[in-house]
Amino acid sequence: MSVCTSRFDETLAQRLIQLTESGLPLVEDPWTWLAEQLGISVESTLDLLKRLQAEGAIRRIAAVPNHYRLGYRHNGMTVWDVCDEQMPRLGELIGAQPFVSHCYRRPRRADWPYNLFAMVHGRSREEIDSYREHLRFLLGTASRADEMLVSSRILKKTGLRLASPRSSRSWLASEGR
Amino acid sequence: MELDELTARLIDRYQHGMPLCAEPYLEMANTLGCSEKELMACLQRLELAGALSRVGPVFDHSRAGASTLAALAVPAERLEQVAARISRYPEVNHNYAREHHYNLWFVLTGPNRRHLEQILEELEKDTGLVPLDLPMLTSYRIDLGFALGGHP
Repeated sequence: MSVCTSRFDETLAQRLIQLTESGLPLVEDPWTWLAEQLGISVESTLDLLKRLQAEGAIRRIAAVPNHYRLGYRHNGMTVWDVCDEQMPRLGELIGAQPFVSHCYRRPRRADWPYNLFAMVHGRSREEIDSYREHLRFLLGTASRADEMLVSSRILKKTGLRLASPRSSRSWLASEGR
Repeated sequence: MELDELTARLIDRYQHGMPLCAEPYLEMANTLGCSEKELMACLQRLELAGALSRVGPVFDHSRAGASTLAALAVPAERLEQVAARISRYPEVNHNYAREHHYNLWFVLTGPNRRHLEQILEELEKDTGLVPLDLPMLTSYRIDLGFALGGHP
Protein backbone atom coordinates (compact mmCIF):
# COMPACT_ATOMS: atom_id res chain seq x y z
CA MET A 1 0.00 0.00 0.00
CA SER A 2 1.18 3.47 -0.77
CA VAL A 3 2.72 5.30 2.17
CA CYS A 4 0.83 8.49 1.37
CA THR A 5 -2.50 6.69 1.65
CA SER A 6 -4.39 8.32 4.49
CA ARG A 7 -5.82 6.41 7.40
CA PHE A 8 -9.31 7.35 6.21
CA ASP A 9 -8.61 5.87 2.77
CA GLU A 10 -7.21 2.72 4.29
CA THR A 11 -10.32 2.20 6.42
CA LEU A 12 -12.46 2.77 3.35
CA ALA A 13 -10.41 0.28 1.36
CA GLN A 14 -10.87 -2.33 4.07
CA ARG A 15 -14.61 -1.70 4.17
CA LEU A 16 -14.68 -2.05 0.40
CA ILE A 17 -12.92 -5.41 0.60
CA GLN A 18 -15.36 -6.68 3.24
CA LEU A 19 -18.35 -5.53 1.22
CA THR A 20 -17.27 -6.92 -2.14
CA GLU A 21 -15.06 -9.96 -1.63
CA SER A 22 -17.95 -12.39 -1.88
CA GLY A 23 -19.44 -10.51 -4.82
CA LEU A 24 -21.64 -7.52 -5.58
CA PRO A 25 -25.43 -7.77 -5.46
CA LEU A 26 -26.86 -8.25 -8.96
CA VAL A 27 -28.40 -4.83 -9.28
CA GLU A 28 -28.25 -2.48 -12.27
CA ASP A 29 -26.09 0.07 -10.45
CA PRO A 30 -23.73 -1.91 -8.18
CA TRP A 31 -21.39 1.02 -7.59
CA THR A 32 -24.26 3.17 -6.31
CA TRP A 33 -25.05 0.38 -3.87
CA LEU A 34 -21.40 0.23 -2.79
CA ALA A 35 -21.15 4.02 -2.51
CA GLU A 36 -24.20 4.06 -0.22
CA GLN A 37 -22.69 1.33 1.95
CA LEU A 38 -19.41 3.24 2.19
CA GLY A 39 -21.15 6.59 2.74
CA ILE A 40 -19.26 8.30 -0.09
CA SER A 41 -20.17 9.45 -3.61
CA VAL A 42 -20.26 7.12 -6.60
CA GLU A 43 -17.42 9.13 -8.11
CA SER A 44 -15.23 8.65 -5.02
CA THR A 45 -16.10 4.95 -5.01
CA LEU A 46 -14.97 4.59 -8.62
CA ASP A 47 -11.79 6.52 -7.81
CA LEU A 48 -11.08 4.20 -4.89
CA LEU A 49 -11.64 1.12 -7.08
CA LYS A 50 -9.35 2.57 -9.75
CA ARG A 51 -6.66 3.30 -7.18
CA LEU A 52 -6.82 -0.22 -5.70
CA GLN A 53 -6.64 -1.63 -9.21
CA ALA A 54 -3.70 0.60 -10.16
CA GLU A 55 -1.87 -0.47 -6.99
CA GLY A 56 -2.52 -4.11 -7.81
CA ALA A 57 -4.65 -4.89 -4.73
CA ILE A 58 -7.55 -5.53 -7.10
CA ARG A 59 -6.47 -7.80 -9.90
CA ARG A 60 -9.56 -7.34 -12.01
CA ILE A 61 -13.25 -6.57 -11.70
CA ALA A 62 -15.14 -9.26 -13.52
CA ALA A 63 -18.09 -11.61 -13.92
CA VAL A 64 -16.48 -14.78 -12.60
CA PRO A 65 -18.25 -17.96 -13.71
CA ASN A 66 -18.26 -21.26 -11.87
CA HIS A 67 -16.70 -23.32 -14.64
CA TYR A 68 -17.51 -26.57 -12.89
CA ARG A 69 -21.23 -25.79 -13.00
CA LEU A 70 -20.90 -24.84 -16.67
CA GLY A 71 -19.90 -28.41 -17.42
CA TYR A 72 -16.14 -28.03 -17.22
CA ARG A 73 -15.85 -30.90 -14.75
CA HIS A 74 -12.47 -32.15 -15.83
CA ASN A 75 -9.33 -30.42 -14.75
CA GLY A 76 -5.79 -31.55 -15.17
CA MET A 77 -2.73 -30.15 -13.46
CA THR A 78 -0.07 -30.65 -16.10
CA VAL A 79 3.48 -30.56 -14.74
CA TRP A 80 6.66 -30.30 -16.81
CA ASP A 81 10.39 -30.63 -16.27
CA VAL A 82 11.47 -27.70 -18.41
CA CYS A 83 15.05 -26.74 -19.17
CA ASP A 84 15.81 -23.71 -16.94
CA GLU A 85 17.37 -21.58 -19.70
CA GLN A 86 14.25 -21.80 -21.84
CA MET A 87 11.77 -21.30 -19.02
CA PRO A 88 11.15 -17.54 -19.46
CA ARG A 89 10.13 -17.95 -23.10
CA LEU A 90 8.25 -21.23 -22.69
CA GLY A 91 6.45 -20.16 -19.50
CA GLU A 92 5.03 -17.17 -21.36
CA LEU A 93 4.07 -19.35 -24.32
CA ILE A 94 2.25 -21.93 -22.22
CA GLY A 95 0.56 -19.26 -20.08
CA ALA A 96 -0.78 -17.62 -23.24
CA GLN A 97 -2.76 -20.70 -24.36
CA PRO A 98 -6.50 -19.94 -24.09
CA PHE A 99 -7.32 -23.27 -22.43
CA VAL A 100 -4.80 -22.72 -19.59
CA SER A 101 -6.21 -20.98 -16.50
CA HIS A 102 -3.10 -20.88 -14.31
CA CYS A 103 0.54 -21.25 -15.24
CA TYR A 104 3.33 -21.02 -12.69
CA ARG A 105 6.98 -21.78 -12.28
CA ARG A 106 7.61 -23.63 -9.00
CA PRO A 107 10.79 -25.11 -7.47
CA ARG A 108 11.92 -28.68 -8.10
CA ARG A 109 12.30 -30.98 -5.07
CA ALA A 110 14.27 -34.16 -4.37
CA ASP A 111 11.48 -36.47 -5.58
CA TRP A 112 9.67 -33.87 -7.67
CA PRO A 113 11.43 -32.94 -10.93
CA TYR A 114 8.70 -30.68 -12.38
CA ASN A 115 9.16 -26.91 -12.44
CA LEU A 116 6.32 -25.71 -14.70
CA PHE A 117 2.64 -26.10 -13.78
CA ALA A 118 -0.26 -25.40 -16.16
CA MET A 119 -3.91 -26.04 -15.26
CA VAL A 120 -6.19 -27.13 -18.08
CA HIS A 121 -9.97 -27.52 -18.00
CA GLY A 122 -12.47 -29.26 -20.21
CA ARG A 123 -15.83 -30.99 -20.49
CA SER A 124 -14.35 -34.45 -21.01
CA ARG A 125 -11.24 -36.43 -20.29
CA GLU A 126 -10.52 -36.50 -24.04
CA GLU A 127 -10.61 -32.72 -24.19
CA ILE A 128 -8.01 -32.25 -21.44
CA ASP A 129 -5.88 -35.07 -22.91
CA SER A 130 -5.80 -33.17 -26.19
CA TYR A 131 -4.73 -29.97 -24.40
CA ARG A 132 -1.90 -31.84 -22.76
CA GLU A 133 -0.80 -33.13 -26.16
CA HIS A 134 -0.83 -29.60 -27.50
CA LEU A 135 1.33 -28.35 -24.63
CA ARG A 136 3.71 -31.26 -25.27
CA PHE A 137 3.98 -30.20 -28.87
CA LEU A 138 4.71 -26.59 -27.86
CA LEU A 139 7.37 -27.56 -25.32
CA GLY A 140 9.02 -30.15 -27.53
CA THR A 141 12.41 -31.40 -26.34
CA ALA A 142 12.74 -28.54 -23.82
CA SER A 143 10.59 -30.65 -21.50
CA ARG A 144 12.33 -33.81 -20.33
CA ALA A 145 9.31 -35.35 -18.59
CA ASP A 146 5.71 -34.53 -17.81
CA GLU A 147 2.64 -35.80 -16.04
CA MET A 148 -0.99 -34.78 -15.81
CA LEU A 149 -2.61 -35.06 -12.40
CA VAL A 150 -6.37 -35.21 -12.84
CA SER A 151 -8.56 -34.38 -9.90
CA SER A 152 -10.65 -37.23 -8.61
CA ARG A 153 -12.46 -35.07 -6.07
CA ILE A 154 -12.74 -31.48 -4.88
CA LEU A 155 -12.48 -31.70 -1.10
CA LYS A 156 -12.57 -27.99 -0.40
CA LYS A 157 -12.83 -24.93 -2.58
CA THR A 158 -13.62 -21.53 -1.16
CA GLY A 159 -12.73 -18.08 -2.27
CA LEU A 160 -10.10 -16.59 -0.05
CA ARG A 161 -11.56 -14.28 2.55
CA LEU A 162 -9.03 -11.54 3.06
CA ALA A 163 -11.05 -9.68 5.62
CA SER A 164 -11.67 -12.74 7.76
CA PRO A 165 -12.61 -12.14 11.38
CA ARG A 166 -9.43 -13.97 12.45
CA SER A 167 -7.21 -11.15 11.30
CA SER A 168 -7.77 -7.85 13.04
CA ARG A 169 -6.68 -6.02 9.92
CA SER A 170 -6.75 -7.04 6.32
CA TRP A 171 -3.54 -8.61 5.05
CA LEU A 172 -3.89 -6.38 2.04
CA ALA A 173 -3.24 -3.39 4.22
CA SER A 174 -0.34 -4.91 6.14
CA GLU A 175 3.12 -3.66 5.37
CA GLY A 176 6.69 -4.83 5.48
CA ARG A 177 6.47 -7.90 3.29
CA MET B 1 -26.01 -25.78 -17.38
CA GLU B 2 -26.41 -25.22 -21.12
CA LEU B 3 -25.43 -21.74 -22.21
CA ASP B 4 -27.30 -19.66 -24.73
CA GLU B 5 -25.19 -17.74 -27.19
CA LEU B 6 -25.49 -14.38 -25.43
CA THR B 7 -24.53 -15.80 -22.03
CA ALA B 8 -21.51 -17.58 -23.52
CA ARG B 9 -20.35 -14.33 -25.13
CA LEU B 10 -20.95 -12.48 -21.87
CA ILE B 11 -18.70 -14.89 -19.97
CA ASP B 12 -15.99 -15.07 -22.61
CA ARG B 13 -15.84 -11.31 -22.84
CA TYR B 14 -16.19 -10.26 -19.19
CA GLN B 15 -14.68 -13.00 -17.04
CA HIS B 16 -11.32 -11.25 -17.46
CA GLY B 17 -12.56 -7.76 -16.69
CA MET B 18 -15.55 -5.44 -16.78
CA PRO B 19 -15.68 -1.73 -17.54
CA LEU B 20 -15.15 0.35 -14.41
CA CYS B 21 -17.71 3.11 -14.86
CA ALA B 22 -20.94 4.30 -13.24
CA GLU B 23 -23.16 2.05 -15.39
CA PRO B 24 -21.08 -1.02 -16.21
CA TYR B 25 -23.98 -3.25 -17.26
CA LEU B 26 -25.30 -0.68 -19.70
CA GLU B 27 -21.88 -0.40 -21.35
CA MET B 28 -21.54 -4.20 -21.46
CA ALA B 29 -25.02 -4.54 -22.96
CA ASN B 30 -24.16 -2.00 -25.66
CA THR B 31 -20.99 -3.90 -26.50
CA LEU B 32 -22.80 -7.24 -26.67
CA GLY B 33 -25.71 -5.76 -28.63
CA CYS B 34 -28.46 -6.51 -26.12
CA SER B 35 -30.46 -4.53 -23.58
CA GLU B 36 -29.33 -3.96 -20.02
CA LYS B 37 -32.37 -5.98 -18.87
CA GLU B 38 -31.37 -8.96 -21.03
CA LEU B 39 -27.84 -8.81 -19.68
CA MET B 40 -29.05 -8.71 -16.07
CA ALA B 41 -31.36 -11.64 -16.83
CA CYS B 42 -28.35 -13.66 -18.12
CA LEU B 43 -26.44 -12.97 -14.92
CA GLN B 44 -29.45 -13.85 -12.77
CA ARG B 45 -29.98 -17.14 -14.62
CA LEU B 46 -26.31 -17.99 -14.15
CA GLU B 47 -26.54 -17.18 -10.46
CA LEU B 48 -29.69 -19.26 -9.96
CA ALA B 49 -27.97 -22.21 -11.64
CA GLY B 50 -25.00 -21.78 -9.32
CA ALA B 51 -22.88 -21.07 -12.40
CA LEU B 52 -21.87 -17.57 -11.37
CA SER B 53 -19.13 -17.52 -8.79
CA ARG B 54 -19.58 -13.77 -8.36
CA VAL B 55 -19.49 -10.37 -10.01
CA GLY B 56 -17.06 -7.92 -8.51
CA PRO B 57 -13.44 -7.23 -7.65
CA VAL B 58 -10.98 -10.11 -7.57
CA PHE B 59 -8.33 -9.33 -4.99
CA ASP B 60 -4.70 -10.28 -5.41
CA HIS B 61 -3.95 -13.22 -3.12
CA SER B 62 -0.23 -13.10 -3.67
CA ARG B 63 -0.06 -9.58 -2.21
CA ALA B 64 -2.09 -10.73 0.73
CA GLY B 65 0.80 -12.35 2.54
CA ALA B 66 2.23 -15.68 1.48
CA SER B 67 0.90 -18.76 -0.23
CA THR B 68 2.14 -22.12 -1.41
CA LEU B 69 0.96 -25.22 -3.19
CA ALA B 70 1.48 -28.27 -0.98
CA ALA B 71 1.03 -31.97 -1.59
CA LEU B 72 1.02 -35.15 0.47
CA ALA B 73 1.35 -38.80 -0.50
CA VAL B 74 -1.35 -40.29 1.70
CA PRO B 75 -2.02 -44.05 1.98
CA ALA B 76 -5.46 -44.69 0.45
CA GLU B 77 -7.01 -45.88 3.70
CA ARG B 78 -6.04 -42.64 5.46
CA LEU B 79 -7.01 -40.22 2.70
CA GLU B 80 -10.40 -39.22 4.12
CA GLN B 81 -9.06 -38.57 7.59
CA VAL B 82 -5.99 -36.60 6.44
CA ALA B 83 -8.02 -34.61 3.89
CA ALA B 84 -10.55 -33.62 6.55
CA ARG B 85 -7.73 -32.58 8.87
CA ILE B 86 -6.29 -30.33 6.16
CA SER B 87 -9.61 -28.82 5.08
CA ARG B 88 -10.22 -27.69 8.66
CA TYR B 89 -7.45 -25.09 8.38
CA PRO B 90 -8.94 -21.72 7.40
CA GLU B 91 -5.62 -21.13 5.59
CA VAL B 92 -6.58 -23.87 3.10
CA ASN B 93 -8.85 -22.60 0.36
CA HIS B 94 -8.33 -25.38 -2.18
CA ASN B 95 -7.94 -29.06 -1.40
CA TYR B 96 -8.07 -31.60 -4.23
CA ALA B 97 -7.62 -35.34 -4.39
CA ARG B 98 -5.56 -36.16 -7.49
CA GLU B 99 -4.60 -39.42 -9.13
CA HIS B 100 -0.88 -39.63 -8.37
CA HIS B 101 1.58 -40.89 -5.77
CA TYR B 102 1.14 -37.39 -4.32
CA ASN B 103 -2.62 -37.71 -4.08
CA LEU B 104 -3.65 -34.74 -1.95
CA TRP B 105 -2.98 -31.20 -3.19
CA PHE B 106 -3.87 -28.05 -1.33
CA VAL B 107 -3.18 -24.33 -1.41
CA LEU B 108 -2.13 -22.64 1.84
CA THR B 109 -2.46 -18.88 2.23
CA GLY B 110 -1.43 -16.90 5.31
CA PRO B 111 -0.04 -13.59 6.51
CA ASN B 112 3.59 -14.63 5.98
CA ARG B 113 5.86 -17.47 4.92
CA ARG B 114 6.69 -18.49 8.51
CA HIS B 115 2.99 -19.01 9.24
CA LEU B 116 2.76 -21.49 6.34
CA GLU B 117 5.92 -23.31 7.42
CA GLN B 118 4.45 -23.78 10.89
CA ILE B 119 1.32 -25.37 9.43
CA LEU B 120 3.39 -27.70 7.24
CA GLU B 121 5.56 -28.67 10.23
CA GLU B 122 2.45 -29.32 12.29
CA LEU B 123 0.99 -31.48 9.54
CA GLU B 124 4.18 -33.46 9.18
CA LYS B 125 4.36 -34.05 12.92
CA ASP B 126 0.70 -35.08 13.18
CA THR B 127 0.47 -37.28 10.09
CA GLY B 128 4.03 -38.56 9.75
CA LEU B 129 3.83 -37.58 6.06
CA VAL B 130 6.36 -35.21 4.52
CA PRO B 131 4.65 -32.45 2.52
CA LEU B 132 5.88 -31.12 -0.80
CA ASP B 133 6.13 -27.36 -0.48
CA LEU B 134 6.00 -25.67 -3.89
CA PRO B 135 5.68 -21.88 -3.62
CA MET B 136 5.16 -19.95 -6.84
CA LEU B 137 8.38 -18.53 -8.31
CA THR B 138 7.00 -16.86 -11.43
CA SER B 139 3.47 -16.43 -12.66
CA TYR B 140 2.91 -16.71 -16.40
CA ARG B 141 -0.85 -16.70 -16.12
CA ILE B 142 -2.88 -16.22 -13.03
CA ASP B 143 -6.54 -17.00 -12.51
CA LEU B 144 -7.88 -15.19 -15.55
CA GLY B 145 -10.37 -17.89 -16.38
CA PHE B 146 -10.17 -19.62 -19.74
CA ALA B 147 -11.98 -19.37 -23.05
CA LEU B 148 -15.22 -21.33 -23.37
CA GLY B 149 -14.12 -22.47 -26.80
CA GLY B 150 -16.55 -24.44 -28.93
CA HIS B 151 -19.62 -23.98 -26.79
CA PRO B 152 -22.87 -25.22 -28.38
